[in-house]
Amino acid sequence: MLLMYVKVFLVGGFICMLGQILIIKTKMTSARILVSFVVAGAILEGLGLYEPLINFAAAGATVPITGFGRNLAKGVIDAIKEKSALGIFSGGLTATAAGVAASVIFAYIFALIFSSKSKNTK
Amino acid sequence: MKKKIGNQTIIFPSKPCVIGFYTVGGIKEGKGNLQEYLDFILEDDNFGEKTFEKAERKILEETMTKAIEKSKLKPEDIDMLVGGDLLNQIVASSFSAREFNTSFLGLYGACSTMAESIAVGACLIDGQFFKNVLCSTGSHFSSAERQYRFPLELGNQRPPCSQWTVTGAGSTVLSDKGSKIRVVSSTFGKVTDYGIKDVNNMGAAMAPAAMSSFVAHFEATNTKPSDYDLILTGDLGKLGSEIFIDLMENKNYKMGANYSDCGHMFFKNNQKTFQGASGSGCSAMVLNSYVFKQMQKGKFKRVLFGATGALLSTTSSQQGDSIPGICHVVEFEGGHE
Repeated sequence: MLLMYVKVFLVGGFICMLGQILIIKTKMTSARILVSFVVAGAILEGLGLYEPLINFAAAGATVPITGFGRNLAKGVIDAIKEKSALGIFSGGLTATAAGVAASVIFAYIFALIFSSKSKNTK
Repeated sequence: MKKKIGNQTIIFPSKPCVIGFYTVGGIKEGKGNLQEYLDFILEDDNFGEKTFEKAERKILEETMTKAIEKSKLKPEDIDMLVGGDLLNQIVASSFSAREFNTSFLGLYGACSTMAESIAVGACLIDGQFFKNVLCSTGSHFSSAERQYRFPLELGNQRPPCSQWTVTGAGSTVLSDKGSKIRVVSSTFGKVTDYGIKDVNNMGAAMAPAAMSSFVAHFEATNTKPSDYDLILTGDLGKLGSEIFIDLMENKNYKMGANYSDCGHMFFKNNQKTFQGASGSGCSAMVLNSYVFKQMQKGKFKRVLFGATGALLSTTSSQQGDSIPGICHVVEFEGGHE
């Protein structure tokens, strides 16, 4: 049980650390880093490399944005098996529908509750 | 009488006077090195307004109104408003100007706006076209982040080479008489571009512009850096001012202990702004608080103030263009009040 927490922390933390290095060492904007993480997750899933990572670290691999890319790819692969070529278009969104809808709904709710403030006023 | 000396420099024989000035700073700005010099420090960066842009406008309006009060003039005595800001279509300035029943000249010089508006204002007075000119500019951290970088709601991290756009504004009332702080001469800058493309490293993009204008000013007025009590560059920041010192040295001008940079001196080291302050409010606040107050006390007699601006837009940098810089230099003289 405790070992699982350690594995989740290490793998999730490592993925986030890659993002932090990109922010500090390159001129990439956060949007580009985000998109490349999604694409990287999709490619790794396509090559069959992301599944073992999830088996090893569970949420440590599914929660970072690379997990979203993995879901897109996995959705497409599964849908192709079911509905052949049509699955290329429907699979990705079907698999990620819950995540996308949840982010829209929560973003809306929190935008209603809170207003933006200046950051770091120290 | 010939008032233009050199290619870019003009002198003002009538020496227009600085008769009033006022600054407002945000919360973080009020904890920096200007703390004791700022006239008013906000308790809320929104200044009671609903949006950052409205707050920016209100801050600017406040400095304009209070600068007129401090100059002991009435609002109707002001015959011209000169100024600008960083928002698209300089809306903070033009919307503020509708509160005053006075002619308005909107300028866009990015962070060089304070020097640009004082130079233009001094021309208008020295030419005897106008009697009292109000010069003002400001900026707001949160509206600048939204416009030039990312909206704060995105929760983006700032890269280590970035500067902190200040929240605050400064206004100066210039007049044909009435004070010992006077505008002596000014050099209008050329747009200079060394091909820097990194929007997070504006200091490096603006340093060559500062070098070009300061060299032009020293040559035209036949002076050297040691002739001044204080030499200020706009908001080059830590890295940018180091580049500026090197560039000046290549031109055989040694910048000594009397040199400082508004962006570099603005915040304390532990305030985590990385390269220092920026924004048109930065040099406006340093000039209208620290510099003029020290001139009133007689600590500085001869001051060279060169505010620098990066003349990019978000579209130009997204399309891969480099960042042109500009620097306008204004020379002040003054003594005890």
